[in-house]
Amino acid sequence: MSKNETSKSYVRALKCRECGQEYPIEPTHVCEFCFGPLEVAYDYDRLKGKFTRELIESRPQTMWRYKELLPIDGEPTVGVQNGYTPLVRARNLEKYLGVSELYIKNDSVCYPTLSFKDRVVSVALSKAVEFGFTTVACASTGNLAGSVAANAAAAGLESYVFIPHDLEQGKVLGAGIFGTKIIGIRGKYDDVNRLCSEVAGKYGWAFVNVNVRPFYAEGSKSLGYEVMEQLGWKAPKHIVVPMASGSLCTKVDKSIKEFIKLGLIEDNGTSVYGAQATGCSPISKSVKEGSDLIHPVIADTIAKSLAIGNPADGYYANRVIHESGGWAEDISDQEVVDAMKLLAEKEGIFAETAGGVTLGCAQKMIESGRLPRDESIVLCITGNGLKTQEAVLNAYAKPRIIDASLKEFDVLAQADGVK
Amino acid sequence: MSVSVRIPTPLRKLTDGADEVNVEAANVGELIDNLEVAHAGLKARLCDDAGEIRRFVNVYVNDEDVRFLEGRATALKDGDEVSIVPAIAGGRN
Repeated sequence: MSKNETSKSYVRALKCRECGQEYPIEPTHVCEFCFGPLEVAYDYDRLKGKFTRELIESRPQTMWRYKELLPIDGEPTVGVQNGYTPLVRARNLEKYLGVSELYIKNDSVCYPTLSFKDRVVSVALSKAVEFGFTTVACASTGNLAGSVAANAAAAGLESYVFIPHDLEQGKVLGAGIFGTKIIGIRGKYDDVNRLCSEVAGKYGWAFVNVNVRPFYAEGSKSLGYEVMEQLGWKAPKHIVVPMASGSLCTKVDKSIKEFIKLGLIEDNGTSVYGAQATGCSPISKSVKEGSDLIHPVIADTIAKSLAIGNPADGYYANRVIHESGGWAEDISDQEVVDAMKLLAEKEGIFAETAGGVTLGCAQKMIESGRLPRDESIVLCITGNGLKTQEAVLNAYAKPRIIDASLKEFDVLAQADGVK
Repeated sequence: MSVSVRIPTPLRKLTDGADEVNVEAANVGELIDNLEVAHAGLKARLCDDAGEIRRFVNVYVNDEDVRFLEGRATALKDGDEVSIVPAIAGGRN
């Protein structure tokens, strides 16, 4: 396609994050020269003064109100209604944790499949349609599979989703129900991912997190844009994100820098914090050790959506955390369950295991003083607890069974101390 | 020391299509220099301007990433198997 002059898009090129070499907009993700990852580069100068708060506020409340900063050429064709989830002031948790200003960005209710993956998928599939693909695919720890399957179904695209064979039933069902071709791989996510690189090379499909990854990953920025708009056009002082590949961490940071660059917000010196489960914590470990080397691990945690042992964006997540003055933490599986319960009982939000990781790590960083108690903190909750029920099956009070008898209920009420 | 080096597909243009070449070298740094002598252009693909192995190029000696050994100083002995693997697989076919 002839570019900038004729296109309304503000996308300039794909650019290697390592050596800076630029490539035309194509379904490709690796620099041919130095093998670094490619990232979408925009023409910010052309956007200045045109992409305003007023323009954004005049649009429907979806992630596409920021479409100039999402890498598609025309109007979105997939996931048009996705995004714009609530930012909740967590007053009960503020009291419990002893902090003054705490918010939950609640992507556990993201449309249509209850995870932040609906953001990246709507960008990836809209771009895949522009490229002319008719089959889309992904390597997934679960949420992505469901989102690709659902959004592809709605868009009339064929889909293949590849997952580790031992995922939670809610994630498997939550993808399979959409009529996708679902393939379980005997192995960890990292094995699935390696296979998908080979499949992507052979079959000519749009693999959202392989050959379309540069576009896909940009969708995560919409979470950051929304947080800033919902805070009243302001960035938080601190933002905590769960880390699997580390991509969300880097894209939240990018979203803030873009809004500053475009004059939409003041620079608030936002620090970005990463959260992992100890059973899969290569990025958190590197941050805590003060190293920028990510040592791949064999993942072993109930937080399966974060179980990427060889994180593709680990180095960049580490750098964002370091440069922004943030920190990273990791917690045990038991702490994950405790934090899931805490979030549910204090704020009425049932997050998946990754949400437990985020809150639990934030709690640990508040206690250690890494997160100050008197400044604004946003926790990014990225998936829904109904999909990871196995994790909390034995962690809640089961119903007490009685006959339909007032007398029997009176006994229970009395035991509860009800007057 | 003679070691065998596995060459990934995107770099085989520089090795006349060979997927494996044999190189004499006492350590990884020397191996890269000697690869360059035999196959001009390879070093620029593997190392940055400072000579450090590029971040998204993995060099393995007998299946261990040299970043977690001694880097370019990692010693080699006869019969060692060296693999060069782009960290992110794929690219255009």
